[in-house]
Amino acid sequence: MEKRMTVSSQNFKNEDIQKLEEISEVNVYSCYQCGNCSASCPAFEFMDMPPHQVIRAVQLGFIDEILEANTPWICAACISCTVKCPRGVDIAKLMEGVRQVILRKGIDHLNINEIDKKLREQLPQIALIANFRKTIL
Amino acid sequence: MKKIGVFVCHCGINISSTVDIEAVKEALKNYPGVTHIEDYKYMCSDPGQNLLKERIKEKGLDGVVVAACSPTLHENTFRTAVMLVGMNLYNCEIANIREQCSWVHKDKKVATKKAKLIIKSVVEKALLNEELEPVKVPVTRRAMVVGAGIAGIQAALNIANSGYEVVLVDKNPSIGGRMAQLSETFPTLDCSQCILTPKMVEVSQNKNIKLMTYSEVVDVSGFVGNFKVKIKKKVKYVDWDKCNGCGICIEKCPVTVSSEFNQGVGKRKVIYTPFPQAVPNKPVLDAENCTYFIKGKCQICKKLCPPDAVDYTQVDEFVEEEVGAIVVATGYDTYDISNMEEFGAGKIPDVIDGLTFERLLSSSGPTNGEVRRPSDGKIPKEVVFISCVGSRDPEHHFSYCSKICCMYSAKHAMLYKHRVPDGQPFIFYMDVRTGGKGYEEFYQRAQEEDKVIYLRGKVSKLYREDGKIVVCGIDTLSGKYVELNADMVVLATAIRPSAGVNEFARLLKIHYDENGFLTEAHPKLRPVESLSAGIYLAGCAQAPKDIPDTIAQASGAAAMVANLFASDHLLHEPLIAGVNEDLCSGCGFCVTVCPYDARKLNKEEGIVEVNEVLCEGCGSCSASCPSGAAQQKNFTDTQLVNMVKAILKD
Repeated sequence: MEKRMTVSSQNFKNEDIQKLEEISEVNVYSCYQCGNCSASCPAFEFMDMPPHQVIRAVQLGFIDEILEANTPWICAACISCTVKCPRGVDIAKLMEGVRQVILRKGIDHLNINEIDKKLREQLPQIALIANFRKTIL
Repeated sequence: MKKIGVFVCHCGINISSTVDIEAVKEALKNYPGVTHIEDYKYMCSDPGQNLLKERIKEKGLDGVVVAACSPTLHENTFRTAVMLVGMNLYNCEIANIREQCSWVHKDKKVATKKAKLIIKSVVEKALLNEELEPVKVPVTRRAMVVGAGIAGIQAALNIANSGYEVVLVDKNPSIGGRMAQLSETFPTLDCSQCILTPKMVEVSQNKNIKLMTYSEVVDVSGFVGNFKVKIKKKVKYVDWDKCNGCGICIEKCPVTVSSEFNQGVGKRKVIYTPFPQAVPNKPVLDAENCTYFIKGKCQICKKLCPPDAVDYTQVDEFVEEEVGAIVVATGYDTYDISNMEEFGAGKIPDVIDGLTFERLLSSSGPTNGEVRRPSDGKIPKEVVFISCVGSRDPEHHFSYCSKICCMYSAKHAMLYKHRVPDGQPFIFYMDVRTGGKGYEEFYQRAQEEDKVIYLRGKVSKLYREDGKIVVCGIDTLSGKYVELNADMVVLATAIRPSAGVNEFARLLKIHYDENGFLTEAHPKLRPVESLSAGIYLAGCAQAPKDIPDTIAQASGAAAMVANLFASDHLLHEPLIAGVNEDLCSGCGFCVTVCPYDARKLNKEEGIVEVNEVLCEGCGSCSASCPSGAAQQKNFTDTQLVNMVKAILKD
């Protein structure tokens, strides 16, 4: 993660950020960084970027960090964050938005033919189906 | 010997858990003078007071000692109770065995011993107390309000509408103060002038208000109910009695200088009114910059004035007013940017303070409300607002929170966004404090609707580079070092008491704190009174505050004035220091130590005389008197010696 950053209004005009806001319909500027979402997240310890920091990064326009983080994939969409948020920010929906942006970019896309045949037979069906979502280009 | 009754209060368990009440009663019951002793759970309660009253009648007591909490709390309660059964109130004494005993000790043995000694010493005092009557003082039912900003205006209107005359003094040519400079006010975004000017007009139309603008108080003497105030009416070079306010002189004056009202970002003429809605709407001439006064030529204003009101021969005028009460509403200044080295020390033209930004936002300001930066008049696209500039920094500047900056920075960012929709406001903050009705919602609106970006951290430095201002800070929420290329920076500088207020406070003999703000008589219970009777405080002179708080305090001060004027005389505490003329040698030591000017040396008689009304009973004179002639009533040397003896005996 970058330690230094230049904040500028250009950051907010980033295409991915605008796409994210459009898909999720979440006003991230409502967030006042209380951290209740992260505090109530059951999967917090497995994430390399806690949910409140994902929102902070969106507020400041740092999309790359979010796209690199494992957070949206660890998120189980249990919506405890959304239920707890005092400002009515639908964080679970935002996470889904992040996943959509990533999917549409084709990051981590998986070609089924590249998987070893033996392994392919052993893998759970649901995992494969989930991964196919990432192949949409 | 007097018959003294002692009443020991348990104060629930506040006293009784550390002081052994029974042991105290045992020790006191045979003490000389004590004819009755009793304890009760809550002496201050109705049954407690009734007990006191009944015993006085039943036992024929001459004096009572209530051993309870501090006299600042319930002395009045018990004194009123004893008065109801015909006892002189100065025969009721309080022995403080709570704040000075049970609360500060843990060891019951030690506390019990101390409680006994405290009560014994107070019994000794009560034995020699005189019966006293309050000193009656006549009251001049006329008030003076110093400073005609929103605080002074509100106080003056309230007093005037209660039916008393008010002299309203302001050093500026117009009333209105800081509020007249503001653009729109949080949290409703009302135009500041639109809500202020009706009050200004009301002041000018109110028959009970004598308005003295462009004037300064130079001397104050006297005391509550009877102040004499000397006022300097600064020379205006315009005869306001003749002037009809047509404004031709202003229009035709050929010289422009930087306008104080516009915080230096706009211009004014040399003969000027500070702003169009000025009250009174009559000009003053600034001789320092006037061509006629510098070179002896010009006189355009004089030649063109239709009623011939311009008069270059005018001089300062001094007048004296007699008033019974004074409200100090001298307002605030903002901390000068030149003190902030890390923010360019005032040398970067596009780094301005909040008050200057108000003028840029104001529809009556130098840019007619368009946000244009001072250096080149361009519309800034990225503006950084920095809060806590000089505030909350005890190491380098001031320790206090300036209270209004969080809200006005949010307002500034919001108004900027409304004026420049494609611009982006950023606010660097340490904490956001939005205590006030509708304030938190306002702050949320700034973020939610106007997309103001809040960055949590203190800016370390800023510098100019390629027409931009590089702002270096940190966002502690994301843990990142932040660099911003701003077009303009607005600093929320600390609120300071207005210049010269401390000299003025010394003139009035009222206190101010280490930051220069005037000190209230009690931080919670007496927030509108100064420590000097008859002098009240309103607005930012006492501490930084917003408009609703200022109005509330000003109305509170006005109510205190009306309260004072409700009677045609005042009652002054008779616990004062007199002079025993047989003992007084006229050395005058007491005259020099008296902080209230209550003592005067009569050289003919060779003795000191006391003005009983001015004496606040501080005791400085008694302590300094070499012959014992200055004795404070009910605190005589004999009483004090007896009290000390009572303590040292055991």
